[in-house]
Amino acid sequence: MRYAEMGYHLEVDLATGNVEKVETDPKLTELYLGGLGTGVKQHWDRVPPEVKPFDDENILIFSAGLFCGTPAFGANRTAISFISPQTELLGFTMMGGFWATELKHAGYDKIIFSNKSPELVYLWIKDDQVEIRDARHLQGKGSLEVQDLIREELNEPNAQVAAIGVAGENRCSVASIEQGRSSASRLGGGAVMGDKKIKAVAVRGTQDIYLADGARFFELLKEVREYINFRNDNPIPDVMTILSGIGSPQEMLHTDEKWHTESFVWGNARSRRKDFWTEDIEKSWTSTQLSTIKRLISCYNCPQRCAALIDAPDVPRYMMKCFSKLTYGMAAYSDNLDFSFRIVQKAQEYGVDGFSTPQILAFAFELKENGILTGKDFEGCPPDEDKEGRFMWLLERVARREGIGDILADGTYWAAKRIGAGAEEYAHNNIKKHEQVPIKLGRLDPIYYLMYSTNEKINITQAEGNWPQAAFPKMEQRERFVEDWPQLPDEKFKKWLLEWEPRGEKSIPHFPTAPMCSEIVDWIEMLHVTDDALGLCAGLASFCLKPPYHINNYPKLISAATGMDVDRDELKRKVNRSRCLHRALNNRRGMSRKDEKPPADHWRKRFPELEEDLLTTYYAYKGWNYDGIPTRERLHELDLDYVADDLEQRGILKDGQGQEDHQEHKS
Amino acid sequence: MAKVKKIIKNIKVDADSCNGCRACEVACSFFHSVPKYSSVNPARSRIRVLTHRLKDIWLPVFAGEYTPTECAGRDIYTIDGKEYDECGFCRAACPSRDLFKEPDSGLPLKCDMCEGEDEPLCVKWCLADVLVYEEREVWVEEETEGEKQQELDIGLESLADRFGLDQLRDAMARMDAKE
Repeated sequence: MRYAEMGYHLEVDLATGNVEKVETDPKLTELYLGGLGTGVKQHWDRVPPEVKPFDDENILIFSAGLFCGTPAFGANRTAISFISPQTELLGFTMMGGFWATELKHAGYDKIIFSNKSPELVYLWIKDDQVEIRDARHLQGKGSLEVQDLIREELNEPNAQVAAIGVAGENRCSVASIEQGRSSASRLGGGAVMGDKKIKAVAVRGTQDIYLADGARFFELLKEVREYINFRNDNPIPDVMTILSGIGSPQEMLHTDEKWHTESFVWGNARSRRKDFWTEDIEKSWTSTQLSTIKRLISCYNCPQRCAALIDAPDVPRYMMKCFSKLTYGMAAYSDNLDFSFRIVQKAQEYGVDGFSTPQILAFAFELKENGILTGKDFEGCPPDEDKEGRFMWLLERVARREGIGDILADGTYWAAKRIGAGAEEYAHNNIKKHEQVPIKLGRLDPIYYLMYSTNEKINITQAEGNWPQAAFPKMEQRERFVEDWPQLPDEKFKKWLLEWEPRGEKSIPHFPTAPMCSEIVDWIEMLHVTDDALGLCAGLASFCLKPPYHINNYPKLISAATGMDVDRDELKRKVNRSRCLHRALNNRRGMSRKDEKPPADHWRKRFPELEEDLLTTYYAYKGWNYDGIPTRERLHELDLDYVADDLEQRGILKDGQGQEDHQEHKS
Repeated sequence: MAKVKKIIKNIKVDADSCNGCRACEVACSFFHSVPKYSSVNPARSRIRVLTHRLKDIWLPVFAGEYTPTECAGRDIYTIDGKEYDECGFCRAACPSRDLFKEPDSGLPLKCDMCEGEDEPLCVKWCLADVLVYEEREVWVEEETEGEKQQELDIGLESLADRFGLDQLRDAMARMDAKE
């Protein structure tokens, strides 16, 4: 009997149409847990580093997390992994919603797609019956409308459908995979899906998911539930509203956007508008939001209501969540919230990422203003005064890869390379070729520096959380914060927070010190990697301050669900193992220290020497060498000798190269 | 006429507050698994959230009685501009649909209000306070012997009209033999 997991993968060879249900080795769960963790192992074993994103050999994996389908609140995440067409590294993008649990109930932990279909198809899974179906009649359909069309066609109102829009069909690097109220949008998963000619994956499952000790699991969940209620009733004081609660940022609930609109940057991640949030704006935005949102809605088995049903004038209904409420409007310099609600509907039907796409559009208009792109590239585009109209126009060109849109569809890094003539300077907000959250700050923050630089997701929202974003000015605020903090791995973190000052000797960038930052970042990273394996929403765990799931209750929950005997140290070993494997895979594809840099203009005040020290100290703490490659000792400790052998054979890890070479470089 | 006390168990559903998370389905199937709390499967749940997201419909419905035959006609309700599908509010496990049947055996499911618990698990687990459990006492008139006899006569007459007395007699003889 398998517990929490189903114990099967669905292998789909799109070239031959062969579909197989393959039993998995329980040992893999012991080693890598599940979700992204076990997914990474498949990529390591099956995709050699020479494989390019659009090669047949680039497999596309849909992984349901280990906890998906158990009664754990917020365990509903699907991790979709592939070699990213944008970064050319192992990318993973995630979505909540209802799809992952349905896949588990159909009897599978993963779907692994290999090769490409000759024609556009969709996959229909109903428990043991799996069918690759013709989707040529669905070509060009929006990623939302197609979900209902497929449900109708199958006469299966309860099927959950993950689909791409035209952007995915056109292999845009910003193409997302959409599913009901959720999107897996970063790093171009939709492009790889489109390249394989998969329009959608529809699934309906009616099988049981077993727990090793369900009664115990239930008792533990009651505690989680009590804590969720407590946190919902007691927002954290002394921090911004958006950080005070749990769930992903409650953008659909809160109407006060003073902080985002004045602290984040507008246009092509350029300028702050420090006096934007006037009384008039507040009035108009609040009224627009309240009249547009029909209902706040949740993902599967989750108490938080991070999404909403949107009913904007003259726009078909759709569902929105999180920050896309602001990204297009701010990139376009539009003062109308109504514009955001209208353009996001289009963007979702095209199936594009809500972070990168607005920046790509703003980037293009900046190139035009600076004479790098010309009027010819924008023939038919509304005039520049019509900030909203021109964004709508260019969004469609990008999704359809028409005209200049064809170049822009690959993201700012690749577009700038193709455009040349100095366009590279304007693709300024990238890490590892991927557009970042539009935020520009004053002084280097050492914790954020490490998270931005080293995270494999290449997105700060999948790296941050749990540690406050800024020091509390008053000692009594700090004392209040630390007095109730059961989520910590060690009491010493409280001492650091108490000592941490907004200014002076014990403030950023020199405090927390590099060794402290290493421990803080390692802790938060471990939480994210755990969530990605379990399929837990980071909004109830790694992404938040004082979340209901944490390092001190994950092991108990995992033990009760799976029957494995997991304590905190063992959990750490498991997630470090998959983390190191992920890194080694990217190292094998050429990633190393040279790539681990936040955008040059992310902070105005930089400290190059300190930054080098931070990176070196953190690498050493992680058991990686100076270049950011896991050492043989580290890999051996994690039962990854085969990885060390491979890296050595390829000359990526030099024989005997270990911790000692840090000292050399430091001196 | 004598009155007797009856406890009516009731779950009030505030469908307007439902956030569509289906925690109720999870809790129900978890509670009713055998052994208790051993597995989860919303397809076995005795409460289901009928969902049409874009129509703004999230409607928790409890499993009611089993019926071997489907209705001859169907209803379509429009309430507040929202059109609810045929059978939308119906609680029956019925041949016309998959709802409220064990997915493997097809046996009908019926809500038992989580017998033995202080309140049904779906109510306890509902994260948005959509479901509220109520017990209320009602006094109902006790049926007299005469009323019972009258009911029996009416029932038998209608069967006799439909099948004829001979068939009815045969059927009763078979039932007698079985006893």
